Amino acid sequence: MLKLENVSKNFGGLPALSDVSFEVPQGLVTALIGPNGAGKSTLINCTTGVLQPSKGTVSFQQKKITALPAHQVARLGIARTFQNLKLFPRLTVLDNVLTGLTCEGGSSMLMAMLRLPYLRHRERQLKLRAMEALDRFSLSDKADWPAGILAYGDKKRVELARATVSQPDLLLLDEPVAGLNAEETAEVGEQLRLLRSAGHTMLLVEHDMDLVMEIADQVVVLDSGKCIATGTPEEVRRNPLVLEAYLGRMEATA
Amino acid sequence: MTGKQKILYFITLHRTGLWVTALSLLLLLFPLVEDNPYTLGITNLIAIYSIVVLGLNLFIGYAGQISLGHAAFFGLGAYGSAIATVNFSVNPWLAMVIVAVLVALVALLIGIPILRLSGHYLAMATLGMNFVFHTILLQWDEVTGGPSGFSGIPSLSIGEYEFWDEVSLHYLIWTFAMLALLFSLNLVRSGVGRGLAALAGDETAAAALGVNTRNAKVKVFVLSAIFASFAGSLFAHTYSFVSPDSFDIFAATDMVIMVVIGGMGSIWGSLFGAALITLLPEWMDLFETYKDFVHGGILVLVLMFLPQGLVTGLIDIGKTKLALRRQKDAEA
Ligand SMILES: Nc1ncnc2c1ncn2[C@@H]1O[C@H](COP(=O)(O)OP(=O)(O)O)[C@@H](O)[C@H]1O
Ligand SMILES: [Mg+2]
Repeated sequence: MLKLENVSKNFGGLPALSDVSFEVPQGLVTALIGPNGAGKSTLINCTTGVLQPSKGTVSFQQKKITALPAHQVARLGIARTFQNLKLFPRLTVLDNVLTGLTCEGGSSMLMAMLRLPYLRHRERQLKLRAMEALDRFSLSDKADWPAGILAYGDKKRVELARATVSQPDLLLLDEPVAGLNAEETAEVGEQLRLLRSAGHTMLLVEHDMDLVMEIADQVVVLDSGKCIATGTPEEVRRNPLVLEAYLGRMEATA
Repeated sequence: MTGKQKILYFITLHRTGLWVTALSLLLLLFPLVEDNPYTLGITNLIAIYSIVVLGLNLFIGYAGQISLGHAAFFGLGAYGSAIATVNFSVNPWLAMVIVAVLVALVALLIGIPILRLSGHYLAMATLGMNFVFHTILLQWDEVTGGPSGFSGIPSLSIGEYEFWDEVSLHYLIWTFAMLALLFSLNLVRSGVGRGLAALAGDETAAAALGVNTRNAKVKVFVLSAIFASFAGSLFAHTYSFVSPDSFDIFAATDMVIMVVIGGMGSIWGSLFGAALITLLPEWMDLFETYKDFVHGGILVLVLMFLPQGLVTGLIDIGKTKLALRRQKDAEA
């Protein structure tokens, strides 16, 4: 579904990604793991048009999307979350989730200013969907709170609700459970499992290896901007290169 | 639901519409209570500035940009209507529309390049734009009348009925202001408006959600210029005289101060900001002389302590307190 071919990205001459190639198959969960600074977030940014790769191509459903600006990538049905939260603090929780339905608003500024009946009707439907999404993350009682005052764990979940409310074809999640406590992690994990069984395609950047091993169908390992292994969670777990580069180091620090 | 709950539900559901209706009724009755032409002259001026500030607040508070040049669009509207009606004898209503279209084109042509800038650079560029416009008003005196201004602008009229006394102008100008208010309120409550609020919050996140950020900025810039142009036309026909002073960079910064007082992104606050800054010199003679100092001082203080703007800042604090208290109650 999503295909990266020889994607490279340099920041002022320093390579953050070099010749990364892999595929995210439809309907499966692909986990992207690697130590801090490996280039995982950069890879997501290059895929979603936030950054332009220095070299290589990104295609989505056989269509080249390398040079597309971020909003056009979003309109193809690719949604994402950000590692360091990008909520709109002054908007309410409900409005934050509603921004996840921007692509479906489908009206011009002029129509919006006239607030024609069909728009009011559509607005009500969008609100219902946003409330459902909030329900899934048990946040409906905070729907009218300004998002800025939520606790970190709640913010993380609002961002997930916002990314999933539109039922995107492809979901890119940058460390969705980082910084959450055990209970919250379990809850988000449950949501990811549900999304997975509903057939959503996901690229999941995550450090929580238990979660990765459990829900990923395929694991891609990045180290210093290079893709050093791809395979099932079992294969990757046994790959000596990975143990060396990633798991080993994790154990060493643990 | 009990009857009382139903009424409350109706009120919350339609609160915006109810507020607009209430304000309209108040304005409808106002000249019956207050017929002093001087007072009405001031409230009319508040209405004219409100139109500019509503548009500018969409640009600053929703698109998240800055403009220190909106007095230029206001002035283009005013001088455009003046020149079209006096020199070319165009019907004032038609002139108002033609001028607004031309101003929209100008804003589009200026907006496309300068909205690639942001922050200080955008502030400087728009300030420069206003400066150039003001200089043209002063220098090109065969057309603009130069420093001594442009007089003899006809009143607006419908058939035999002329809008020239304060009471008729009150109804005319406030009709425009209420339309501007209604359009703005509708826009910000729509999906398009949420996209703009997202843009003001975080450009990268907005783009990732499907907002065409560059396009949206230009569109709101053009929209705000159209609002300013209509306000300018009304200004010219109200006073039948315009001079460059009303459109200099101090006028442009005053407009930004009105937005800041009202609060970034607060539509109702825009009316409050326009009213407060227009009324200040009326309340205290001292302000008249030291106007620019006082305005500057207010701007600095508000931005230091309530960067979201006065009204919005206070509302934000209130909302936060309310939410936290409700949570405490729920836990207790
Ligand atoms: N905008 C940027 N400018 C310069 N260097 C960057 C930028 N973003 C990331 N980097 C660098 O690229 C490398 C990869 O970073 P990142 O993709 O955030 O890693 P990860 O998400 O795997 O922890 C790091 O060395 C980081 O310092
Ligand atoms: Mg990262």
